[in-house]
Amino acid sequence: MSTPDHTNSRSDPRWVRITLVAAALGVVGVLIVIPLVDVFVEAFGRGFGAYWRTLTADEDTLAAIRLTMTVAPIAVVTNLVFGIAAAWSISRFRFPGRTLLTALIDLPFSVSPVVAGLIFVLIFGLQGYLGPWLRAHDWRIIFATPGLVLVTTFVTFPFIARELIPVMEAIGAEEEIAAVSLGASGWQLFRRVTLPNIKWGLVYGLILCNARAMGEFGAVYVVSGHITGRTDTMPLRVEKLFQEYNTAGAFAVASLLASLALVTLAVKTALEWKTRRDLAEAARLRSEGEEP
Amino acid sequence: MNDVNRRVLPGFRLSLGYTLAYLGVLVIVPLVACFLKAATLPFDRFWAAVSTERAVAAYELTVGASLVSAAINVVVGLLVAWVLVRYEFPMKRVVDSLVDLPFALPTAVAGLVYSSLYVQSGWLGRFLVPLGIQAAYSRLAIVLVLVFVGFPFVVRTLEPVLERIDADVEEAAACLGASRLQTVTRVIFPSLYPALVTGFALSFARALGEYGSVVFVSGNMPFKTEIAPVLIVARLEEFAYAEATAIAVVLLVISFAVLVVVNLLERWSKRVYA
Repeated sequence: MSTPDHTNSRSDPRWVRITLVAAALGVVGVLIVIPLVDVFVEAFGRGFGAYWRTLTADEDTLAAIRLTMTVAPIAVVTNLVFGIAAAWSISRFRFPGRTLLTALIDLPFSVSPVVAGLIFVLIFGLQGYLGPWLRAHDWRIIFATPGLVLVTTFVTFPFIARELIPVMEAIGAEEEIAAVSLGASGWQLFRRVTLPNIKWGLVYGLILCNARAMGEFGAVYVVSGHITGRTDTMPLRVEKLFQEYNTAGAFAVASLLASLALVTLAVKTALEWKTRRDLAEAARLRSEGEEP
Repeated sequence: MNDVNRRVLPGFRLSLGYTLAYLGVLVIVPLVACFLKAATLPFDRFWAAVSTERAVAAYELTVGASLVSAAINVVVGLLVAWVLVRYEFPMKRVVDSLVDLPFALPTAVAGLVYSSLYVQSGWLGRFLVPLGIQAAYSRLAIVLVLVFVGFPFVVRTLEPVLERIDADVEEAAACLGASRLQTVTRVIFPSLYPALVTGFALSFARALGEYGSVVFVSGNMPFKTEIAPVLIVARLEEFAYAEATAIAVVLLVISFAVLVVVNLLERWSKRVYA
């Protein structure tokens, strides 16, 4: 915005401003801040030592942490490869059905997580299309790690692609065309030109994708089978401890997930500020260039 | 230029082929399989599964609670977006980034903490329960967590639109003798309608499918506090796959309908406000 906000016609009376700010802070406080503080107070309420013991003495909780650390990275990396391929084809080329393809990529966002889990049970479960065949070959997908990876990949499917597509469209293909005309190979082009240009958009997509992958509940709930110590991810462990009235345990695991959310927010905010600064800097350079 | 791209830049076939194959295997085939599975059910059995009293109560609650929470989000989202764009206050940047917390916080954590906040011994429940407000294990609890999970949508759709409103328009309204209230309600709000509707729809769509947080706070009583995704899980746990699939198809159809409406609205508002 170029005009300052302080012109008379645009500013509201002082009491209106104070009331509205107070109301907004109240909303954010009750909806977000109090719950966030409560997670950590409940987790650390009995001191750090008790907290640490709650986490590390429970073999099943440790197994859940390990499982999440296995499932989420696989889902994120597969979606990363897909996101780059999708963004390259959609932002650099025109082909029939391009708009439809872009819309289809967002489809998993409008599928309820529970339904996402269910559709994989219908395919790979015992009663499913491939169930008998998998059983004959002694392969387990549902109620095992591969099923968790599959549904997590499904629910986090759009994140990276939908961050990258607008970024690559905004950057344009000029530099890439120049690189190719100077003799760059496909790999050189990607590593030296495209990747440096999209790296911040990529990081942004990655952290959002990772947050959802580690935190997914509904979809993994359906395919996990809840075998304690084997197929419980961290969010599922939170639920199981809660059902067992082990509130301290549930909040200890929840505090780890909440810390992950805070780190995600911090990185996200830092990237957004950086982008804003870069844009302002670019605008400043352009306007200086225009002056005689 | 675009045809030039295809001749000059490498990887068109590889990237598009990979995209289509991955999308097909992971998303399209499983979704189609779900509809095919539902189609193998004789129609009267399908109808019997989706129209039981318990299922109808669950749809009503799911759609009702989602509508109410989306409506609340429109009001509080407008308030927060307005304050963030128009006013200066301490900690503004922190508040701005906290708005996105519901996107980053796992729903199970949200459910866990909301259930503990609003019971009688909880931080907020100790004030509300004596007043007769049961915000845990009730329908109100469902609405509350749905407001939480959908909160960022309205704020984030409104912010850019509010930032783009021309100062000239407001100044013109003031010069022509409009009071501040008239300027806000007659000049500013109308230009926000498309974004408000989009934010409402996004928040509503998110609430429709929500499971993780609701399952913690609602108590999951059939007919009372059981939402459709919880009913699907209940059917699955009884190994009633056909019934679960039938209800899932109903939920999918509602979600896709909302998705189409959102897309049409966006296209319409782009045309009107271009």
